[in-house]
Amino acid sequence: MSHFRSDIRQRAEELVALYPRQRSAMLPMLHLAQEQDGYLSDEGIAEVAELTGTTPAEVRGTAAFYDMFHLEPVGKYVVGVCTNIACLLAGGEEFLEHASKKLGCPVGSTSDDGLFTLEETECLADCNIAPVVQVNHRYVRTTTPETFDAMIDDLRSGKLDHDVPSHGTLIRVRRSGGLRAARQEVADQRQTAKAARDARVESEKK
Amino acid sequence: MASLDAPQIVSSRKDYADSFTLSRYLETGGYVALKKALTMFPEVVAAEVDAASLLGRGGAGFPAGRKWSMLRKSPISYLVVNGDESEPATFKDHYLVERDPHQLVEGVIIASYALQVNQAFIFMRGEFALGLERVQQAVNDAYAHGALGSKIFGSDFSLDIVVHPGAGAYICGEETSLIEALEGKRGFPRIKPPFFPAVTGLYGEPTVVNNVETMSNLPWIVNNGGAAFAALGAGRSTGTRLFALAGRVKNPGVYEIEMVKNTFRDLIYDPRLGGGIIDDKQIKAFIPGGVSAPWFGPELLDLPLGQDEVAEKGSMLGSGSIVVMDETSCVVRATWRITKFFSRESCGQCTPCREGSGWIERVMYRLENGGGRMEDIDLLLDLCDNIAPGLTWPPQQTTICVLGPSIPSSVHSAIQMFRDDFVAHVEHGGCPHD
Amino acid sequence: MTDVTRTTVQVTLNGRVIEAKPGELLIEAAERAGTYVPRFCYHPRMEPVGVCRMCLVEVDSPRGATLQPACYLRVNDGMNVVTDSEKVKKAQDGVLEFLLANHPLDCPICDKGGECPLQDQTLAHGSGETRFIEEKRHFVKPIEIGELVLLDRERCIQCSRCTRFQAEVAGDAQIDFSGRGDLIEVAQSPTQPFDSVFSGNTVQICPVGALTAKPYRFSARPWDLEQVESTCTTCAVGCRVAVQSSGNRLTRVLGVDSDPVNHGWLCDKGRFTLDSIDGNILSSDPLLATSRITEPMVRRDGELVPVSWGEALREAATLLRDASATPGGVGAIGGAALTNEGAFAWERFVRGVLSSEHVDAQYGDGLDAKLLQALPKATIEEAANARTVVTLTGDLREELPILFLRLRENAVKRHNSIVEFSFGPSALRSVARTSLVVRPGEAHIVAKAIAQGGELPKGVVISEDELNDARRLVGESGEGVVFVVGRPNLAEDQRVIEAAIRTLAERYPQAKFLPALRRSNVNGALDMGLSPSLRPGRGFDASVTGRDTLAQLEALRSGDQKAVLLLGGCLLGNVVDVEAAKAALENADVVAVTGHGGATLAYAKVVLPAAVQHERSGTVTNIEGRVSAVSPKIVAPGSAWHDVAIAAELAEEFGQNLGLISVEQTAQTIEETTGYPALSVLNDEVYDGVVVGRHEVPSRRHSMDPMAFPGIRSTDSVGLGSRTGTTVVTNATGDVTTSAALWSDVAAGHGVDVPLADAYSLRVVLSRRLYDRGIAMQGSPALYNMVPATVLHLNHFDLDRLGVASGEYVKVNGPRGSLELPVALDDGVVRGTTNVAFATRNVDGVNVIPDLIDSDSVISQVRLETR
Ligand SMILES: Cc1cc2nc3c(=O)[nH]c(=O)nc-3n(C[C@H](O)[C@H](O)[C@H](O)COP(=O)(O)O)c2cc1C
Ligand code: SF4
Ligand code: FES
Repeated sequence: MSHFRSDIRQRAEELVALYPRQRSAMLPMLHLAQEQDGYLSDEGIAEVAELTGTTPAEVRGTAAFYDMFHLEPVGKYVVGVCTNIACLLAGGEEFLEHASKKLGCPVGSTSDDGLFTLEETECLADCNIAPVVQVNHRYVRTTTPETFDAMIDDLRSGKLDHDVPSHGTLIRVRRSGGLRAARQEVADQRQTAKAARDARVESEKK
Repeated sequence: MASLDAPQIVSSRKDYADSFTLSRYLETGGYVALKKALTMFPEVVAAEVDAASLLGRGGAGFPAGRKWSMLRKSPISYLVVNGDESEPATFKDHYLVERDPHQLVEGVIIASYALQVNQAFIFMRGEFALGLERVQQAVNDAYAHGALGSKIFGSDFSLDIVVHPGAGAYICGEETSLIEALEGKRGFPRIKPPFFPAVTGLYGEPTVVNNVETMSNLPWIVNNGGAAFAALGAGRSTGTRLFALAGRVKNPGVYEIEMVKNTFRDLIYDPRLGGGIIDDKQIKAFIPGGVSAPWFGPELLDLPLGQDEVAEKGSMLGSGSIVVMDETSCVVRATWRITKFFSRESCGQCTPCREGSGWIERVMYRLENGGGRMEDIDLLLDLCDNIAPGLTWPPQQTTICVLGPSIPSSVHSAIQMFRDDFVAHVEHGGCPHD
Repeated sequence: MTDVTRTTVQVTLNGRVIEAKPGELLIEAAERAGTYVPRFCYHPRMEPVGVCRMCLVEVDSPRGATLQPACYLRVNDGMNVVTDSEKVKKAQDGVLEFLLANHPLDCPICDKGGECPLQDQTLAHGSGETRFIEEKRHFVKPIEIGELVLLDRERCIQCSRCTRFQAEVAGDAQIDFSGRGDLIEVAQSPTQPFDSVFSGNTVQICPVGALTAKPYRFSARPWDLEQVESTCTTCAVGCRVAVQSSGNRLTRVLGVDSDPVNHGWLCDKGRFTLDSIDGNILSSDPLLATSRITEPMVRRDGELVPVSWGEALREAATLLRDASATPGGVGAIGGAALTNEGAFAWERFVRGVLSSEHVDAQYGDGLDAKLLQALPKATIEEAANARTVVTLTGDLREELPILFLRLRENAVKRHNSIVEFSFGPSALRSVARTSLVVRPGEAHIVAKAIAQGGELPKGVVISEDELNDARRLVGESGEGVVFVVGRPNLAEDQRVIEAAIRTLAERYPQAKFLPALRRSNVNGALDMGLSPSLRPGRGFDASVTGRDTLAQLEALRSGDQKAVLLLGGCLLGNVVDVEAAKAALENADVVAVTGHGGATLAYAKVVLPAAVQHERSGTVTNIEGRVSAVSPKIVAPGSAWHDVAIAAELAEEFGQNLGLISVEQTAQTIEETTGYPALSVLNDEVYDGVVVGRHEVPSRRHSMDPMAFPGIRSTDSVGLGSRTGTTVVTNATGDVTTSAALWSDVAAGHGVDVPLADAYSLRVVLSRRLYDRGIAMQGSPALYNMVPATVLHLNHFDLDRLGVASGEYVKVNGPRGSLELPVALDDGVVRGTTNVAFATRNVDGVNVIPDLIDSDSVISQVRLETR
């Protein structure tokens, strides 16, 4: 029995087909598992293990290396505030404190209503609009306590539903189709290209 | 005054709101270079890139042309594009993937053609949700447009590009770690030798890894010729480069300027660029190339923005990010935050990096927040010395990858340049700025 | 560049020139030259990863001398290496200090204290004073990551030896690193506990006390332990072990690195079933397999009661003498639990004193010993390096775990091919090039199809491509190919697999064979002649035929045979048809010589207590014919004797002299009369040599690096050698006494009548599991709970067809009536068959296996119905 919904399962199988080795689909597939469950459930991990030809311990171990994967349930919105060097110089730490107060939960935890999880992040590569805030890995560009509070209220009221999907959904643009350069065709092309090259080298010699 | 006459090679579309769409891209000369490249022999395309002397824009600054030709001995199997961009205060690739994804895709197709590979991967840090969507859309559009897939534009060259999201780990920017992540594993950098993925890379096969910005330069180089690119800049540092300017400047942002012809002062102070320091304060120090680089003081503001020029003074241009600290910034706090970053991002394989980064971070924390001891300052230097013996530049290392020896960069710089600040922290029992 | 044609390269090490092998790791080359480079993550039996950075040394490079990990760098001609400079010392001290930063100082309560490489190196090199004043990393104290292993995360130094062992060597990554940076920890999945049959190895190679074994934890301090080197006889691979005890109590078994056999690894059964050996579980009920038999006993008024040795021997002699008065009236069964010396003594007793040819060390669950003897033999090393390995066995991870590791290594490290005759689930499948699906009753047909291009019967799902693959991999003559042959299905007439083996052996004259008989020293017992037609010293006599075990049981039932001498082991625990065996014993005068209790003793009239594994000296022979020594570590309990002594004393009761007065002298006699290695092995302290035919190829055993094999102090001083032999045809004095079995002597594959496949039935595959209800497991509190109950394993096709789900009960209509059993999903099971584990019990503790078996048919079939 598949734990993945049929659409997720299908996308997961499509992913495997994109790589020369099935394990390569691990990270994108873990994102898919999070898209379904919001975090990495034991069942999701087991299914990823099955599809990538690994053990659940390996999937768990691999996932736990990466900050974006959550092995415990998180809020619908994961709010990340950067405090790294550029944001630090722009008051990132104080900003994070404010966020914690506004959301009513300490850094690294989830608000009582289960809606928000607050994280302190490393540099999010948007340093000209510091301090940088991401919600579910979408830049929200709220650099003052006031704009932050307004943004949180908008999230609560659903005004930002289009911009910020719930946690786990990462890439909403789906790849159109699988691989197109068929293996045999590619091998033939390599052969032709090599012949052409050799011919040219020959003619240059003459 | 900065010299700003050089062409905008990778950021020419920055003023279009729809710069990321195929239609805008085609209107502004998109895919012309690819069509041209497909009429050339692959080696000739590679030779143009070699002639351009395009230095890799990911941090190590290795010439792309040389990387490709060196590897020619055994045919390359895969091209992997490094879009991990996680070096703190670096945000140039962020600009490129969100705002000009087609340019990147076209560059990747050109490089793949030059290398004759049929599968390329664009690895992008997972936190770039929008960038991932934009690049995926660009890839989809390119397939539909005939620029990707089987028999590109009617030629007999075929290529697939797979967009691969990372998941939040700085170390995956290191190319062998990135390859591990692409193989579905945790991002543990591979031990050297072999020194280059070109020898043994993805799935053990020869692989070229290049940065997003490096790739984005290729359409222009093919259109205008390697010589035109090499005519810009000076010495080994040719062309223009995207610099990410951050910290205590009035106009932080990404600026494309000609290399060597401009100095740090130009970038930081020119009103068309950084615009000077916030509240016109005095500059205290700046980091010339990402937090892995040793710091410079104001006396080096007139140093040209060139790879060798910066290296000569004991640091690096690295990822092209410049962080400015002014007289209001606490260098101990800044150093602490940088060591905290390394401690959180160390992959955990090598003992000196794993344990050293955590230890140094905790000592720095005490210095900044109270509990610092005078002997801590020399202890820090000695711990740094145990990670990067001799504290020289370029560093020696006791670790597998260069994340380890990057940890001492800021600690060593800060103590060397501002030992008094450290002493003051000890004497004050914490940060005197608070 | 290394010149590959040269056999050595020259390296300058601390100013002096040393010779090294091209491509060798620097750390190894330096060690051989007497320079020990400190290390943690490096293990000589695993790929180097160079992560702990303890082994940094200075090596000249174009950019000047740089610090490089000696464990990862391979030597080059002209390489200049410095291991003792100030720079090296500072780097190594730095690494050690970093390692200790977060390491707790709980050595006094740590299991590893006293034999901990980290502790040792700290005492040797550490500064003694810590500069780390921060709070150390804290974790909740030891967590149970599996049935047998505890993890103390605070003590972990992230060397990754355990995780690499599971992934790289065992091929079963049940544990892996989790997290990043200094938060990295070893973790298992909550849905899959760490129950690998190799888990104990991770404990052994952990350089600190992070992984500890539940059975050993807190049971002893290293300085109280004494050890000897010996050979494990839990199965027939013959792994070298260090056996340790505290006083007269066995505490621990560790793997010793034997180049040709086990590479230092052990399976958990060999490592952890100690309690069943030294009888730590005290019970005086002789019917319990967990009891040790410590006193001679005779049956009086229906009860076994302790008596003196004299009385017991007299009574045994009387029973046997009376029975031997009628021709064919007496025989002997068993012997796999004996040493070669014990087996030799009992062989002399049975043939010489009782004048009986009815003797068999197998229980009808093995292969024709004559056939095995006639096959050209391969060593384990040859199989582990063979171009192609073909297996006709059950799941080798379950049957001969370390052989599985060596074959897996052949596929994974050397990229050689494995062709599997697949009868059911198998751990080798994931690395096999081809798996040919074989149903019960078809092995000989499939073998024929490969060898001679014969037709495949209807319903066989092997494709022509797969057959061609197999043919291609085996090649024309079978050169460089090793066939591993065993008994994959106990519910199938053994003639089926024997016919397959014969077909292959005839077709591929250059191929070699490795017999996968799995019971402890069964190979030695056969070599000592405990089988009809066999003679000591791997000899063969075609002129006489005796009864094998099943024939003896038949004869006992019919009354043709009156008495039986049981030589160790538990007959009832090992035969498939227990009911038939009980009926036979019911009728018989049973004399049992054994160290353990068990159900069989309910039928014994006399019980003679024998010393067992780790209590006696002697030699044993493994699957490849390697003879190695076993050593006593503890004294046998009560008044148990060595088998040689029991056989000799019993002969005395008959007024005869076996001419055997001690183990040493028996070994000498074996060697002198048969040429079979025994005494030379027993007394050999240096070689781990291989004798193939008469050629000795001595090779020195790896010296024991305390870092690689912590806990083993030294094996050189107590090291005991081992030899393999193939066929010995003459005795020492040159007069021919025995000869090897020849093809012509081996019964040809007489017609096997396989019933037609019945579309409504499933064919039964009765296979061996490592964790079963055998004596070793029953006596082991550590492992006992890991034995699963009897379950029918089915492929999901068959489950779907029946409409039952995994875990549900079905009604089983077997050859002897119907019963109820649960089913479980396992897609390794061949379609149309059901796999059942031998020597298991159903949830009520009842042995229902006989109900599934049709002893009169070549194969057994059952019908399942949903309830
Ligand atoms: C710790 C570490 C982090 C790195 N991060 C990045 C990165 O985020 N992006 C990048 O392009 N290169 C990064 N690099 C450099 C890459 O290893 C590699 O040199 C580069 O991608 C090659 O591309 P280029 O030749 O086009 O510059 C990093 C290197 C190290 C050691
Ligand atoms: S130096 Fe640090 S980040 Fe690099 S491989 Fe070693 S532990 Fe990992
Ligand atoms: S790095 Fe060489 S032993 Fe660990």
